[in-house]
Amino acid sequence: MGKILEVKGLHVSFTTFGGEVQAVRGVSFDLYKGETLAIVGESGCGKSVTAKSIMGLIPNPPGKITDGKILFKGSNLAALKDKDLRKIRGADISMIFQDPMTALNPTLTIGTQLVEGIIQHQKISRSEAQKKALEMMRLVGIPSTESRLKQYPHQFSGGMRQRIVIALALVCEPEVMIADEPTTALDVTIQAQILDLFRDIQKKTGVSIILITHDLGVVAQVADRIAVMYAGKVVETGTRRDIFYKPQHPYTKGLLNSVPRLDLENAELIPIAGSPPDLFAPPPGCPFVARCQYAMEVCDKVYPLKTKYGKEHHVNCWLQDERAKQMLASQR
Amino acid sequence: MKKEILLEVKNLKKYFPLSKRTVLKAVDGVSFHIHKGETFGVVGESGCGKSTAGRTIIGLYEQTDGEVKFSGQNVHTLTKMEKFKLHQKMQMIFQDPYASLNPRSTVQEIISEPMEVHGLYANKLERLERVYQLLEDVGLNREHANRYPHEFSGGQRQRIGIARALALDPDFIIADEPISALDVSVQAQVVNLLKRLQKEKGLTYLFIAHDLSMVKQISDRIGVMYLGHLVEQTISKQLYKNPLHPYTKALLSAIPIPDPDIEDTRERIILEGDIPSPIEPPSGCVFRTRCPEAMEVCSQIKPNWQEIEQDHYVACHLYKKDDSDKNAPKVNFLAKS
Repeated sequence: MGKILEVKGLHVSFTTFGGEVQAVRGVSFDLYKGETLAIVGESGCGKSVTAKSIMGLIPNPPGKITDGKILFKGSNLAALKDKDLRKIRGADISMIFQDPMTALNPTLTIGTQLVEGIIQHQKISRSEAQKKALEMMRLVGIPSTESRLKQYPHQFSGGMRQRIVIALALVCEPEVMIADEPTTALDVTIQAQILDLFRDIQKKTGVSIILITHDLGVVAQVADRIAVMYAGKVVETGTRRDIFYKPQHPYTKGLLNSVPRLDLENAELIPIAGSPPDLFAPPPGCPFVARCQYAMEVCDKVYPLKTKYGKEHHVNCWLQDERAKQMLASQR
Repeated sequence: MKKEILLEVKNLKKYFPLSKRTVLKAVDGVSFHIHKGETFGVVGESGCGKSTAGRTIIGLYEQTDGEVKFSGQNVHTLTKMEKFKLHQKMQMIFQDPYASLNPRSTVQEIISEPMEVHGLYANKLERLERVYQLLEDVGLNREHANRYPHEFSGGQRQRIGIARALALDPDFIIADEPISALDVSVQAQVVNLLKRLQKEKGLTYLFIAHDLSMVKQISDRIGVMYLGHLVEQTISKQLYKNPLHPYTKALLSAIPIPDPDIEDTRERIILEGDIPSPIEPPSGCVFRTRCPEAMEVCSQIKPNWQEIEQDHYVACHLYKKDDSDKNAPKVNFLAKS
């Protein structure tokens, strides 16, 4: 499996009246062809900002990619001009947003919105584009497609709208699809439909998916690999099995312990005490130190190095790293 | 030993008139009771009427039909004065901790207002003492009393909401999606807090949420709602082990479990379509339009609310208590342990 997208040391900051918020602080990960990579974390951990940076959707000002590379097919997306980025955005990399109510233009018919995307990126006639739009609607499972192309977003239910947003994202046959909390606004029975659709689409088109979510249940269901984010950093990456059965970072463990399990009886919920650090002035060491029950002296001072734990399993935690002692000594 | 019933809801209905001819049947004939000291969970998807039911029970909405009895008193026929007194015993925690606290009041003002309104405690100093104590009860500290809501995180704000609900020392609390606006790790904090308070103060909860796994965690008994109706109700272990109603089965199978091995081997029931509109609900059983096991009778007759086994109620034509009906499929129960 080849890499299709590489994010290397990404830093994103936002300038505000209160100072500079360092939302993403050195995020690196790879995306392989045809896989689903889930980025998991709580609100404010920088998962959405990471996704938006890949798409070049960080509003500047106030936001800015201050450092790092996003490599896609030989070009660095972080350094591209908006004009060049526009050719990639929607055609090679597309995005699905959380709220299907606001992601669609309420004043245009579904057909117009689908055709607009195709004509923008491909040199084909309007009638051909229309045919393609119909095909896409069928792919995402919208019945009686032809008449529905003439309808407006408000005539569809929430689940149907999310299907349309997915059709919009797929219409130019992208190689990478970024889904930012695609099922959070939906009910569970509808969520099951949409997750089913994702699997189906990936089988048919071979698209690589970056799934951003806070729901560990969804992750267990669809992800191949997982990156856990906390306070603007990736703290642990691994395959689905690595993360769920052999979690190494105390934050990953804490997260897994605080989710209620439908299938277990009387399992006590163990919450993580406290709350994430302020990203105006992030701590120099591990950001989880204040909430971590295993915190050591070194954790407070130096950010942990990436340690290889398994074939695909990496963790940034001093507990797993033999270099911890030297690091502490060099700090003194 | 017979448990004392604290709240009894009988055939509760709440319709909202939209125009002269159309009504929205948000809650359409819901019955259940809650024992003293237990937690009753109500689950359902958006638009199923669970929040409306909660708000009607506490009297934020006037009911259309039915009866709500709180320790023997009918809530909707009380005089103004009696109702006022009742609200000392019955309080509510709201979903959105950002919208439910007045941004212009300090935490101390927010928590002491109910006490002031009800004329509890002799003076401001005593009330302040009580505020301090409440803050400590919910895991905050007294230094927080003079701050404003915007200075707190979501989880902390929800704790303030809980402290306010506890200010009058109520017996019964309706918690309407108290954790759905919070992050997972914080959700667990708040749920554990609610559990601890229940143990310490002998509270009774009506816990309304859409997240069945969280509801199961906190509830003794659970009712499942769909389009204004309760479709199934039982003790929470039983609901997971032996769901009867096709909707409950689909709901359980739709909830992802954070365990890859289970997820890979699980059989899924994926419901088609969306929830119908509560303005024109389907005839007969409201679930029949999405039900994988719908029969002819489902479109004609509304299924009865029947007790299939002890403490397990269901409204579905698939189950008949009367064994003389040969067409009805046999009900398969797991052995009760």
